[in-house]
Amino acid sequence: MMEPFIVHQGVGAPLRMSSIDTDQILPSRFLKRVTRSGFGDGLFVAWRESPEFVLNQPTFARATVLVAGTDFGIGSSREAAVWALQDYGFRAVIAPRFGDIFRTNAGKSGLLAVELAESKVERLWDYLDANPGALITIDLERRTVAAGDGFEEGFEIDDYVRWQLLNGLDEIAITLTSGDAIAAFESQRPRIKPRVLES
Amino acid sequence: MTSRASGDQPRTMVEKIWDRQAISRGPDRPDLLYIDMHFVHEVSSPQAFDGLRAQGRPVRRPDLTIATEDHNVPTDTLELREPTSRLQVETLRRNCEEFTITNFRLGDERQGIVHVIGPETGLTQPGMVIVCGDSHTSTHGALGALAFGIGTSEVEHVLATQTLAQARPKTMAVNVTGRLGLGVSAKDLALALIAKVGTGGGQGFVVEYRGEAISALSIEERMTLCNMSIEWGARAGLVGPDQATFEYLRGRHFSPSGDQWAEAVAYWSSLCTDDGAVFDEEIELDATAVVPFVTWGTNPSQGVALSGAVPSPDEFADPEQRSAAQRALAYMDLAPGTRMRDVAVDIVFIGSCTNSRIEDLRAAAEVLRARKVADGVRLLVVPGSMAVKRQAEDEGLDEVFTAAGAQWRGAGCSMCLGMNPDIVGPGERTASTSNRNFEGRQGPGARTHLVSPAVAAATAVAGRLASPADLDVERREELTAGEVR
Repeated sequence: MMEPFIVHQGVGAPLRMSSIDTDQILPSRFLKRVTRSGFGDGLFVAWRESPEFVLNQPTFARATVLVAGTDFGIGSSREAAVWALQDYGFRAVIAPRFGDIFRTNAGKSGLLAVELAESKVERLWDYLDANPGALITIDLERRTVAAGDGFEEGFEIDDYVRWQLLNGLDEIAITLTSGDAIAAFESQRPRIKPRVLES
Repeated sequence: MTSRASGDQPRTMVEKIWDRQAISRGPDRPDLLYIDMHFVHEVSSPQAFDGLRAQGRPVRRPDLTIATEDHNVPTDTLELREPTSRLQVETLRRNCEEFTITNFRLGDERQGIVHVIGPETGLTQPGMVIVCGDSHTSTHGALGALAFGIGTSEVEHVLATQTLAQARPKTMAVNVTGRLGLGVSAKDLALALIAKVGTGGGQGFVVEYRGEAISALSIEERMTLCNMSIEWGARAGLVGPDQATFEYLRGRHFSPSGDQWAEAVAYWSSLCTDDGAVFDEEIELDATAVVPFVTWGTNPSQGVALSGAVPSPDEFADPEQRSAAQRALAYMDLAPGTRMRDVAVDIVFIGSCTNSRIEDLRAAAEVLRARKVADGVRLLVVPGSMAVKRQAEDEGLDEVFTAAGAQWRGAGCSMCLGMNPDIVGPGERTASTSNRNFEGRQGPGARTHLVSPAVAAATAVAGRLASPADLDVERREELTAGEVR
């Protein structure tokens, strides 16, 4: 079960980089946990060595909305990249485009991935640079991102993902209500399809 | 291409597989897709099994689930010395025992990289929907399966329900005309394609690789190409099954046999994209123009011909790409204009789910035969599975590698991802047959150049990025110099 996401307001952190892959978000050596928690330590660990890195600046210490460049979360399917962002305190990431698996993982774990066009992300970056520590408000019900007086933009999101996020639903429980349909499908599967265990 | 009953709408292979595997189509919910085989490994599964236990849910189809130990395992010993790696592997073992899942453990003769053991055991077949908590699951598409990577929440969903709710993907055809030239491999084709379309070029698509060049590829070469689909953003990549596919599958452990073989071939043959089927997008590539390719930067699209040079960030019109190139050159410690052939390496890695199959090892051995690894260079050759290892040893390839000065290892993901003892040190430079050159991918501070197995082997001999042809040229020059003296 994940925490529902309806409206969130928090400090926005500008991360002016594109193609941030999941190896940057969370290097593989941090993937050895067998739990869902505790991954925050490894978040952007290589970049956090630099004092200039945005998350090392006191203004952004309590940031909860990350605003990044296009193709955020490409590469490895590691869902722990999402958990690391959440563990660190992020509730949402805004970017022009996300890696496919990352975006799916975010939806399943309750991290909101908001796609906004490049020009809008750049306006947000400029706003956050001019107003360090400014708040961003994301309203999933209305599908809007707002900041300061001048910025309010709508965004698109898959209806099913939105519905799950708004309600914090257990997707497996939903699917299991289709148990009969799954069983009926299974009874029709071709015999040539392989099985690992002989029955 | 295949004929169809009159009146049917022509469909692509992806649409045919999808239509067959979609259990329900609701207006409120994406299609519920039935999963024919679920591959599991130690890294992306522990939290999924915990989730099942917390809800008291069983694994619905242990007979359609198979595990192996690949990401964490050392390749020079069977002993898991590193405590966190050991915990993850032991957790997988406990979970597989509890839920009655077959696990090819470290030390088992069937163990290996998950995307190598699927095809080689015959568990990967045309028309199947295959998932794994690993982005390179697209590899299995080489046999005409719809195969894609998923995260841990989806792993749990598949374990519990054998299904996934999935939005119908858009389809893309990559039409590759002509034939690859001599000395040009599927890896070069993949790197050239990704350099052309960028890391996000395939985003939202399932890709079908088509055309004369693809038909001419061996099944293992198709695996290399399909493997790299995710590196340009495509969720999956596949190739229509043909005679080569059937020949590959014939006689494998889990392949259909007896009277089921003909039935299977008939079914598989029906899967190919119909004439006249429409893809949402198509791109064209000329195979005859592809040359040996290497990466210079920190994502797989930052590549150039081996005969070329490191580009200047100024060459990129797009400001994002320009700043990415600047960052990449700083990380890689490369100056614009440096010829790729002048880039010296410390380590060469031949392995990974991209290039660790027997044909890859044969290509590397052919280059290394009667040659030596350059002084100061470390060469690691890591077979993708224990079966590949045995085959290579039967062919004497291991002796070629060790005689050249290489380390010959056991099966695993090894140096591809910096999760096991095979790590590239800070600031060290490697030519690697793996799939990702991201910052720190092969270890903190590691600098990666992605290459084909033949280029990797030649690079190990030359000590700097080189093709096998370069070595022949050098040898001729040495001989000529000898005659003059």
